[in-house]
Amino acid sequence: MIFVFKLSHLLNTFAGIELKYKNLMASFGNAFSSSIGKKLIMGITGLFLILFLIVHCFINSLIFLNDGGLIFNLGAHFMATNWLIRGSEVILMLGLIVHAVQGLRLTFQNQAARPVKYAVNNGNANSKWYSRSMGLLGTLLLIFLIVHLSNFWVVSRFTGIPTEDVNGLENLYAVMQQTFQNIWIVVLYELAMVSLLYHLLHGFASAFQTLGWNHRKYSPLIKGIGVWYSIIISLLFAAMPVAFYTGLIK
Amino acid sequence: MSTGNMNLTLKVWRQKDNKAKGSLVDYKLSEISPDMSFLEMFDVLNEQLINKGDEPVVFDHDCREGICGACSMFINGRPHGPKDLVTTCQLHMRSFKDGDTIVVEPWRAAAFPVIKDLTVDRTAFDRIIAAGGFISVNTGNAQDANALPIPKLQADAAFEAAACIGCGACVATCKNASAMLFTSAKISQLALLPQGQPERYRRAQSMVAQMDAEGFGNCTNTGACEAECPKGISLENIARMNRDFYAAKFVSEEEV
Repeated sequence: MIFVFKLSHLLNTFAGIELKYKNLMASFGNAFSSSIGKKLIMGITGLFLILFLIVHCFINSLIFLNDGGLIFNLGAHFMATNWLIRGSEVILMLGLIVHAVQGLRLTFQNQAARPVKYAVNNGNANSKWYSRSMGLLGTLLLIFLIVHLSNFWVVSRFTGIPTEDVNGLENLYAVMQQTFQNIWIVVLYELAMVSLLYHLLHGFASAFQTLGWNHRKYSPLIKGIGVWYSIIISLLFAAMPVAFYTGLIK
Repeated sequence: MSTGNMNLTLKVWRQKDNKAKGSLVDYKLSEISPDMSFLEMFDVLNEQLINKGDEPVVFDHDCREGICGACSMFINGRPHGPKDLVTTCQLHMRSFKDGDTIVVEPWRAAAFPVIKDLTVDRTAFDRIIAAGGFISVNTGNAQDANALPIPKLQADAAFEAAACIGCGACVATCKNASAMLFTSAKISQLALLPQGQPERYRRAQSMVAQMDAEGFGNCTNTGACEAECPKGISLENIARMNRDFYAAKFVSEEEV
């Protein structure tokens, strides 16, 4: 009897925890479905993708060492085999999907908030065109990402890299070199990097504002860092296809 | 009564009622004085329309000195016209040139339905205020002045937020028709002061909930609202509202 009583007591406790968990999630869900919560999701995933771009850009910039891709392949091999990185990759993909899906949903919701458009609207008088075009820039980036992921990510993670370098590592460098012989791929990448530049120019500082970090002392610094970050990241990425296509790096 | 020499072409949104389909109608005006306010120019137009037996253009106006927030015209693609930090009644015809064509439309937002011509229903703002834009005070004798010390910076920031006249220019110009600048000003003016503390986190939650229920869009931080606000309400208020909202939802134990 005592055992049975204790078991039911334990089950009740579990049910209690489950209920409390459900209540907590309901409360959070309520927060994330509000207009500010939706912004928060865009801001957090955006900042996460901004952090990812630093890592991505740094490792890819190893190609500029012009050593036939040996050190770059080493970096790529580490990224492909380290379990911590592979784990983060899942979170990265989720972050990307959430950012894209939420961004598209917000774009449509916001359009619906003004069913009748203005005949004349002088938006340039009060805001930057790219801050008003985040949905468009993001969509262009999404289209680019589908091409980009199938160019490299699918190859390195699933279908396999065909060649090895002198160290016996997967030669992702050769895949890049091969891919960027196609002028149309190069053009697509360059256009995408222009989109990225403007998407980041608004997104970086905007994410901090959304988090509530608007401060007389820090905001000017955040805005300055945002501009430099956007320019440096986009320029470095944009230089890669051109460097391969023109044969600047071999 | 017109003593000036400006000739203008107006393209004014005419819409019979909320259900009717509206359109831009052309009007020629002559002998307009550059010293007239934009609303006085509309008075001239309306007198001419009345004399011709036509229906005058319906537009909102009240104090005509920039403090009531009633006048709400979207002029040549900007709320309250080409000048910064003014309402339509404070805009003068000298801001335009002889021979100009001026397009005048009502505020456009799902949450601000057109009532007639240039007048829109802005009671959504009233409902946001009613949801929590107040403090509860016991009646009785007034407290001693300055009984509660308030730092100067804090008092100034609260005062600047309280300068919001609820005109709706932020919603009108926002590409998302978002009401976050308005709502954040109405939250901030109380959240910054000691009297606003007891209801601070309840207020942030209920006013944001009401704002969402009214069908305004979501803020994307373009900054257009701040640039067009006739009272210069700052985006800092939106950041403060965000902070209060997060604190309310993720830290405070009070559910609204």
